[in-house]
Amino acid sequence: MEMGFRWDFAYEILPQMLWATLNTIIAAGVGYAIALVVGLFFLLGQRTPSKIVNAINREIVEFIRSTPLLIQLFFVYFVLPQFGIKLSAWICGMITIGLHFGTYLSEVYRGALEGVSKTQWEACRALNFSTVYTYRKIVLPQAFPIAIPGMGNYLVGIFKDTPLLSTIGVAELFHAATAVGGYNYRYLEPYTMVGIIFLTLSIPAAMWVRKLESKVNIAQGKTKQ
Amino acid sequence: MSYFAFLAEHGPTLLLGTVTTIKVLVCSTILYVIISMIFGLMRLSKNPLIQGIATVYIEFFRGTSLLVQLFWVYYVLPFFGLSLEAFVAGVVALGMNFGAYGAEIVRAGILAVPKGQWEAAHALNFSPSKRIKRIIVPQIFPIILPPAANLTVELLKATALVALVTVVDLTFEAKQINSITWLSAQCFGTALLIYYVMARFALVPFLRWLEVVAARKVGREKV
Repeated sequence: MEMGFRWDFAYEILPQMLWATLNTIIAAGVGYAIALVVGLFFLLGQRTPSKIVNAINREIVEFIRSTPLLIQLFFVYFVLPQFGIKLSAWICGMITIGLHFGTYLSEVYRGALEGVSKTQWEACRALNFSTVYTYRKIVLPQAFPIAIPGMGNYLVGIFKDTPLLSTIGVAELFHAATAVGGYNYRYLEPYTMVGIIFLTLSIPAAMWVRKLESKVNIAQGKTKQ
Repeated sequence: MSYFAFLAEHGPTLLLGTVTTIKVLVCSTILYVIISMIFGLMRLSKNPLIQGIATVYIEFFRGTSLLVQLFWVYYVLPFFGLSLEAFVAGVVALGMNFGAYGAEIVRAGILAVPKGQWEAAHALNFSPSKRIKRIIVPQIFPIILPPAANLTVELLKATALVALVTVVDLTFEAKQINSITWLSAQCFGTALLIYYVMARFALVPFLRWLEVVAARKVGREKV
């Protein structure tokens, strides 16, 4: 077998890899959208007046957060059909990623809400604002910038975890690389290209998150540190 | 087949896999701690070359996916004449990946020690090694241990990936049993429970204990 990096082979498989990259981006985007919503539900579960609901919610969040995403994927993919729920690999993957990262995002939301000083609430009550109005006009605009770095980091985090979807057969970038590599008995070029594609996407994304963070801080009248 | 019959038949296999998972966890924790210290210090170096190497390393490992790195180490390095055993490849990939995250924690921890502490140690004419050993390092531990604990729990979860490069760990055994028996709920459910118990009732209490010890060392009581 020829040693070293074969540029012609890399060039030949490039279109295939780029198409698969599109799937990876879609998977990350959809997974993130689900996680954002799921995170809200977990946040609500934490803030109910009922102590039992809060405790159950916390235990569920802990369980999801301390078990591997990989096995959660297998669990959803293999177990649901036994109960007669037949979902495609794509949907299973999106649900699992949404649930898994939803627990992380709920913590981000919680931290952001707690980051808004208590006196803001007291001032709003003194001014006789309704709870909805307080949230919409006073608390959330202040909480959002605190949440942005965490939210951005998990977007990048989800993007980097999408290769796990290949284990249940979602045709994303890593899956394509494994298929191409297996077909040609050459893993060097496909896997290296996957690495490079990930770098070229995630480093700018991380930089963009950092920029956004400082922008929001300036708009809020705070400068970083 | 009842769940107890399942446990009686396949429980020992899963436990054997758990032992491998713990081995992977311990080895990769040692490796990632060493790497984070080296690169965390390099990141703070005044020499632009050393700092640049550390920055590239950290950005590279944080910018790509762990699974990709793992497969690269296991399937691509042999092309360059370096064949690693699956277990070694898994530990190396995990250690290097988490080392990059850990380096940032170490860097932030060192920067978080107030400048006055350095100056005071200097003013008291402590030697550089004594300054680091007696003044700075004991103050770093309480700062970096909480984020390092989170990272270590993430590492425990990430060890599941080594099953994909044929390390016979808990995940691998669960997958294997699933493909023989098709009792997916039982085998993956049990695996999830074992991971949960390991994280929640062994790893986290141990790390919390370390935090308390480190805080007490510098005279801070940790609640």
